[in-house]
Amino acid sequence: MTRLLPGLAALVFGLTLWQVVVWATGVPHFILPGPMRVASALRDNAALLGAQAGVTLANLAMGLTAGIALGMASALNLAMSPAARLLLRPLMVFAQAVPVFALAPIITLWLGYGAPSKVVMVALVTYFPVTSAFFDGLMRLPPDLDDLARQMQARPLRRLLLLQLPHALPALGSGLRLAAVQAPFAVIIAEWVGASKGLGHLMLLSNGRAQTDLMFAALILLAAISLCLFLAADRLARHWDR
Amino acid sequence: MTAPALHLTGDLCLGGRRLCPGLNLHCAAGTWTVLLGPSGVGKSSLARLIAGLPCPAHLTGGIAADDGMALAGRVTLMAQTDQLLPWADALANVTLGARLRGDRPDPDRALALLGRVGLEGHADRRPATLSGGQRQRLALARTLMEDRPIVVLDEPFSALDAATRATMQDLAAEVLQGCTVILITHDPLEAARLGTGAWLLDPTGATPLGLPATRAPRPVSDPATLAAQADLYRRLMTPDHAA
Repeated sequence: MTRLLPGLAALVFGLTLWQVVVWATGVPHFILPGPMRVASALRDNAALLGAQAGVTLANLAMGLTAGIALGMASALNLAMSPAARLLLRPLMVFAQAVPVFALAPIITLWLGYGAPSKVVMVALVTYFPVTSAFFDGLMRLPPDLDDLARQMQARPLRRLLLLQLPHALPALGSGLRLAAVQAPFAVIIAEWVGASKGLGHLMLLSNGRAQTDLMFAALILLAAISLCLFLAADRLARHWDR
Repeated sequence: MTAPALHLTGDLCLGGRRLCPGLNLHCAAGTWTVLLGPSGVGKSSLARLIAGLPCPAHLTGGIAADDGMALAGRVTLMAQTDQLLPWADALANVTLGARLRGDRPDPDRALALLGRVGLEGHADRRPATLSGGQRQRLALARTLMEDRPIVVLDEPFSALDAATRATMQDLAAEVLQGCTVILITHDPLEAARLGTGAWLLDPTGATPLGLPATRAPRPVSDPATLAAQADLYRRLMTPDHAA
């Protein structure tokens, strides 16, 4: 409870400041709606917002699962095989240099307005941080444990599973934290570029119709989703850090 | 498991530099041989070479066992750091070797060894919850679990406080009976207590050291041991070693 208190105080302070700005400047509510207005938009459109948030969450969950699973598999594969390292590492460095968000239009063109383009975008931005953090962790076995593995005549796969993998978990945790930060960006951009559902689509739509209060309501939901995602990743990472 | 004698010959070189020339060290079978010397003379390199671990230094002659068989798989090294897995409990740390080789671990033997090193009832403890002395006991149990005839100890007790170190020396001497042990140390008392044979390594080469003829481990209060310790100190502190 004592940990939550400062956060709560900051929230109240922020909301008050927001309301004061709206009152003091007298901006029209279609430019900047006050927190009360956004709250009532949240309440009045609960069903619509819930449905759109559900779509976005599903896209996020599928993309994260795919990106994390592929990223972990790639890192393990790279750690096991020097040939794979030789071949794939330069390719990965190059792929990482391409700004994934710039690919959103082409991915939408290829995969359409449905879920697949969103899932692929999220998987793409998740894949690289997970792969590179996990791979680094796997390759950085402390020298004294490497010595131990050598004199115990460890089999390579056993060495990977019993020494490298547990040692790489904190690094994987950092990768997951990064992925959790990036994934909501990816899903929203994909939904902006082309979608018929989802919070990103709703934001674009309500913005165009000057329903700024609805747009803010969607934004708040999105922020809440991002926060929960990050907290979940952070919790996992902390657990592995011990 | 009959422990062979070891013979180390040649110059210990690092790059083009000779760290310790003209080695001709005999480590008698089933006894403790102490290699004493100042830092930087390549003691740890020698330990790694005997254990077959990668090492930037090399020995021009070689390391041979007197039974003519290869050393690979017959040596285990106990290092200054305990090399324990922080995420695994004591039992899992002791059985690590078998698991890394893909063999079936023998938990009963591991538990017996934990008891032998005085860690009975600690099988499910993580290393972080153990004291420095207990962690070295655990590392010793892991070394015993490997059951190798040749054991290299590279200053394994140097990070412990004096009393814990003396206890660990007694324990190691007891449980490693029958093994050919090479003890690397810079501690004259440790050398005087545990060595059957002993060599002083320095940049001019290796010199055999005289130790009491009594059985190791010699009591810390034994006058002959203390005299040997004083003599070793004197030899370590002569000007060419102080540099």
